[in-house]
Amino acid sequence: MSSHAAAAHGAHGAGHDDGHAHHHYTTTGLEHRKIAIWAFIGSECMLFASLISTYLIYKGRSIVGPFPHTEWVNEAGVVFKPILNIPVTSASTFVLLMSSLAMVLALQAVQLKDTPLPDGANWWTRAQRSSQGWLLMTALLGMTFLGFQAFEFASFVHEGLTIKTNLFGSTFYTLTGFHGAHVTAGVLWLFTLLFIDRKRGLGPKDELIVDIAALYWHFVDVVWIAIFTLVYLIQ
Amino acid sequence: MATIAAPSLASAEDAYAENSGIWSWITTTDHKRIGTLYLWTALFFFLVGGLEAVLIRTQLAKPNMGFVSAETYNQLFTMHGTTMVFLAIMPLSAAFFNYLIPLQIGARDVAFPRLNAFSYWVFLFGGIFITVPILFQVAPNGGWFGYAPLTTNQFSAGPNIDFWVLGLQILGISSLAAAFNFITTIINLRAPGMTLMRMPMFTWMSFVVQFLLVLAFPPITIALFFLLMDRFFGTTFYEIAAGADPLLWQHLFWVFGHPEVYILILPAFGLVSEVLPTFSKKPLFGYNVMVYSGIMIGTLGFGVWAHHMFAVGMGPVADSIFSMMTMLIAIPTGVKIFNWIATMWSGEIRFTVPMKFAIALIAMFTIGGISGVMHSSPPADLQQTDTYFIVAHFHYVLFGGSIMGIFAGIYHYYPKMTGRFLNESAGNWHFWLNFIGFNLTFFPMHFSGMLGMPRRIYTYDAGQGWDLFNMLSTVGTYILVVSTSIFVVNFLRSRTRGLKAGNDPWGAGTLEWSIPSPPPDYNFAQIPEVTSRYPLWDLKDPAKTAGIAHSHADSATITDAHAVPVHEETERHTAKSLGIPMPFPTSKPFFTALAMVSMFSGLLFRRSGHDSIALTVVVGGALLFVSGLYSWLTSPLE
Repeated sequence: MSSHAAAAHGAHGAGHDDGHAHHHYTTTGLEHRKIAIWAFIGSECMLFASLISTYLIYKGRSIVGPFPHTEWVNEAGVVFKPILNIPVTSASTFVLLMSSLAMVLALQAVQLKDTPLPDGANWWTRAQRSSQGWLLMTALLGMTFLGFQAFEFASFVHEGLTIKTNLFGSTFYTLTGFHGAHVTAGVLWLFTLLFIDRKRGLGPKDELIVDIAALYWHFVDVVWIAIFTLVYLIQ
Repeated sequence: MATIAAPSLASAEDAYAENSGIWSWITTTDHKRIGTLYLWTALFFFLVGGLEAVLIRTQLAKPNMGFVSAETYNQLFTMHGTTMVFLAIMPLSAAFFNYLIPLQIGARDVAFPRLNAFSYWVFLFGGIFITVPILFQVAPNGGWFGYAPLTTNQFSAGPNIDFWVLGLQILGISSLAAAFNFITTIINLRAPGMTLMRMPMFTWMSFVVQFLLVLAFPPITIALFFLLMDRFFGTTFYEIAAGADPLLWQHLFWVFGHPEVYILILPAFGLVSEVLPTFSKKPLFGYNVMVYSGIMIGTLGFGVWAHHMFAVGMGPVADSIFSMMTMLIAIPTGVKIFNWIATMWSGEIRFTVPMKFAIALIAMFTIGGISGVMHSSPPADLQQTDTYFIVAHFHYVLFGGSIMGIFAGIYHYYPKMTGRFLNESAGNWHFWLNFIGFNLTFFPMHFSGMLGMPRRIYTYDAGQGWDLFNMLSTVGTYILVVSTSIFVVNFLRSRTRGLKAGNDPWGAGTLEWSIPSPPPDYNFAQIPEVTSRYPLWDLKDPAKTAGIAHSHADSATITDAHAVPVHEETERHTAKSLGIPMPFPTSKPFFTALAMVSMFSGLLFRRSGHDSIALTVVVGGALLFVSGLYSWLTSPLE
């Protein structure tokens, strides 16, 4: 990031000793990373659009089972139940959506870090200020979701569906696996923020780095809503 | 991406490493030096791709030649296409994005200098990865479009396609990272007063291209990922026996592949839109419409992909829609052609080498565009598809268009990049031999194609009426060898022996010409406030723009407290003496890119049956990549 503002006057020393990045001139007034994350999310939309379209195109085209919503009997007469477990995945979906709420509260906590608590603040107002608590909760909810996914994958494999079995297996595991990889990256990102928060404390000046993580996290959640609806709910 | 943690204090001396030696290139974060790296690397790959074309044309010179085997021929045409698209034209455009965008918008660098270095190194390693196998006769051999299921294990069992799948995946990451960077740069680093509708046309067309990259690369990333999963992990995405759709790949590929065509041509359109006004001494005709038509081309470009698939039998409805959309796209393209002609109309034209290349683009691209509209009609396309007529068409577009435009850009901007002119008379030899060789190579292909000669065949029988046209094409190719050799010698010699060029050797109107050639590392000592589309013409030759709305200064008052009026900077300082903070040189992007490419290449061991080695390399590469990323993001930028 080059500094127009500083150097326009032709005299600017190494004024970096205040511990955090000084103000850079930008055309829009927005930070570069804020614009870049939106461009990145735009690109990610096309990534998931391609994956979801492929899943939908291949829906019902598998020659052998197990199938997502219908029973399948193989040549030996073994019965394979419909494989998707909607109640369990509804629970994991709820967990992931709650993680978005926790993320919103984490960002708010960072923004409010320097604002003094009002007199007689109740427990909730105090709790709202705990950026570390909310970051940790977001990450733990994300990890819970991943735990559900691991359980789901393991039980599907146990029931006879692997990534090689049929078109459903290939498209299902690849789509949800791609999403799971995104959640994993997000959890890593959240723990990194948590580490920084514990090390030096995140405050309003760090709003941007929490904000872009939050944008990413919400995006990953929104994608899951699309996947849950199109893959699990619509038969 | 920049610092996550607070930057620690580094001594000011560390910030300014010496600007020479190979280490300085590996650690550079200067957009101009990265642009230079792109230029040299892409020109090298351009020569490699050209050599492959020479071997192809030699084999096809006469009927039943045995110069290369059928298998070698498959590898040659696959690598010729892949190289020219991904390793020559795209990175040549990227060289100009890097070098010119910050200069044209009045910035000191791109938004993310280290990400920029990362993009280059990923491109370089990816390029090496995909090119080296041809030396061992195991190069990709499934065409640049790599149609699955042809490219699945069932039909392509060797490692050839593995190199292609992994190589393109790597190159895609480079393009995406660069696109995020340039979008941010153009939105956020414009000098005061540089409104969107005052941006130079090259920057505008580049801006459109970055959006195409961001939206078009994900579909091919997914298509390649499916293929990778099929080839390495036994999934069934492209396995017809399992019920897969043989058209899945074609759709995903062309959803990328057609916007890719505009990714290849729009930067060249941008370059000639800088060259033509300069050498006509007139502002670009219809600036606004040029912007809108560029956006239209980019938008419509996403709605025409299936015209590559008329022959597969999609049915009359799909055929009609894609046919209509394809015809529509000729309108904004035609608008550009007419606007360029109107720019030259009654101008004071100087026939310099860049101007000749720019005019050649207008003429040659028009021929390619017209043959393109011909096969937008499905009945005509069914006759032409997979024949040499198509080869003629897209070479008129990509060679007659993109390459001519890029040569125009190289001759135009070489003085800015090096401080010296390319030799004009050698340039003229290059231009005319190039022009004649190009037409002699590709014009006869219209006829051999119409006479039914199929693409991608390694040889043919005599007596089908193709012999003369093939011989002409081959002779043309050898003329291109001579012209390109002249260019290479000129390019190398002029660096030290060319005539010296000042700030503004051509009398151009945009910001990049207001600073010394080559530009100092900080670009602009003082950031100018821009008040029109051709600020330098306002300054030096107001008559040129007088009375033309937006081209002439709208107001003389400077409104931004941090900026100064547009001026010529003739003195050369150092960033340090001016107190301008510059990004630190760093090797982290280099090593992070290396780790990422190693991670991908680990999969190759699975092909040879060494699963544990594969796992070690992939996991090891991934860990190195992530730790490289952490180390990079937690170190201060400047």
